[in-house]
Amino acid sequence: MTNTMGIDVGSTYTKAVILASDGTVMGRAMGPTGFQLQKVARTIYDLALEDADLGEDDISYVISTGAGRHQVDFKDLQVTDLTACARGAVFLFPGTRTVLDVGGQTMKASRVDESAKVLSFRLNDKCAAGTGAFLEKTARYMGYETAEIGALMTTSRGSVPISGVCAVFAESEVINHLSLGTAPANIMQGAIESLTNRSVQLMKRVRAEPEYTLIGGILRFETMGRLVGELLESEVNIPDTDMVQHVQALGCAILGHRRLEKIRTEADASAPVR
Amino acid sequence: MAYAAGVDVGSTQTKAVIIDEDRRIVGRALIDTGANVIQAAESSYVDALRQGNIDEEEVGYVVGTGYGRFRVTFGNSQVTEISCHGRGAVHLFPQTRTVVDMGGQDTKAISVNAQGEITDFCMNDKCAAGTGRFLGAAAAALDIPIDNLGPISLKSTKAIKISTTCTVFAESEVLAWIGKGKKIEDILWGVHSSIASRSVALMRRVGLNDKITFTGGVSRNEGMVKALEERLGTSLNISNDCHYMGALGAALFAMDNVLTSRAPVGAKTEVAP
Repeated sequence: MTNTMGIDVGSTYTKAVILASDGTVMGRAMGPTGFQLQKVARTIYDLALEDADLGEDDISYVISTGAGRHQVDFKDLQVTDLTACARGAVFLFPGTRTVLDVGGQTMKASRVDESAKVLSFRLNDKCAAGTGAFLEKTARYMGYETAEIGALMTTSRGSVPISGVCAVFAESEVINHLSLGTAPANIMQGAIESLTNRSVQLMKRVRAEPEYTLIGGILRFETMGRLVGELLESEVNIPDTDMVQHVQALGCAILGHRRLEKIRTEADASAPVR
Repeated sequence: MAYAAGVDVGSTQTKAVIIDEDRRIVGRALIDTGANVIQAAESSYVDALRQGNIDEEEVGYVVGTGYGRFRVTFGNSQVTEISCHGRGAVHLFPQTRTVVDMGGQDTKAISVNAQGEITDFCMNDKCAAGTGRFLGAAAAALDIPIDNLGPISLKSTKAIKISTTCTVFAESEVLAWIGKGKKIEDILWGVHSSIASRSVALMRRVGLNDKITFTGGVSRNEGMVKALEERLGTSLNISNDCHYMGALGAALFAMDNVLTSRAPVGAKTEVAP
């Protein structure tokens, strides 16, 4: 059995997935990206091997993606986030036609066909207002850590409007709400509603159609998936919490197997005929 | 002698200025706005009175300005900060025709006539890119006091181009450059240039000329002054009071009220309906 690895060096987290040729996920790993991309890529690679209980020789092909994909010095190939994301989403949910990915510093919506080909896409890459950084900043202004966001939101009993136009301007709004005595949980709820509105707008711009698959770190928060579903008036596919952040890495690993197959076929074709 | 006061409650700092009948500044104060806006307005006013050694009863009129102008509970009226910066700038530098006000959360380009009246203005209203907050993000990322950023940036010998637009992402970009072993002064010069380029674009939208006054908190930053001057190819009007320009303008509007409401002898008193 051959294995491939996909490694996604994202703006905030680096993720890796090891996939066997029968489609079984053998191992995965994740850690904060930081600023030494080459080093973090290697660390996450080693952690994934450890998780799968495999050695470096067991991995036949490595594909990298994400903002830091160029820095992965042990890759065989690199692909764009969009390609990886489409491939992973269609693998998990074959009916996927629209993918929304909300990560730490990016938001992207893309429309794909049944063969995981990207038909159109829209990115929000210049502004933090539509990304996880918006929630992170909002939490920090109120004195909460990123890890506490999920727990905080479960205690909300309503929401206050947060304009969501700019992650920096949100600070003034948050301070105003706090000084009026609004509960932090309700402010957090307002922030995620504003993020949801932005993401649905982005999806509409690619003329989203069902099935919708939502991925990325922010989808760990159950609230976000539910709100997107409500706005779209549709069911949405969300991978399990332990997979939702690994979809792009998974997509790379799948492409790795296709690549190997192609190499094998070409080799067979060029073999001398007796 | 009668006095008038202006209180400018900004997103980051609150400024108060007291002027006399000759429109000279006799008291000024500057404090961080913080979460309690009403308190900040009051404290700055009290500080300015104390600094000028003036009793509150001697102040005939108070104008509030800035984003928190309606929280100046003791203010007699409110004027927008755009009008105040224009008025203040033309008072200090009468030849001013364009004002660039760079504050904590916004940057404004204002064009004014010889009377200090606003003829046009433009501001970043949707996004904090290109505002003082961009410097705040760099200061936080590098753990350097914000007042030191300008002087450090002036030591740069090889500028680095900051490519991110968003202030939030700029923080990561600054750290990424540090990770790549770039010098702090070169990164900071890049940060200043990036803000200057956005501000000049804003100024072009209201029309550029060479009679430009730089106001707001960021005007104290020598790095920003140099970055703007390089990009504009002209020198800017600056004074230590540029940081207080909004409050000064508000105080000038307040003084108008003090002087016009002083009924000449024998004149009929106008009663509000």
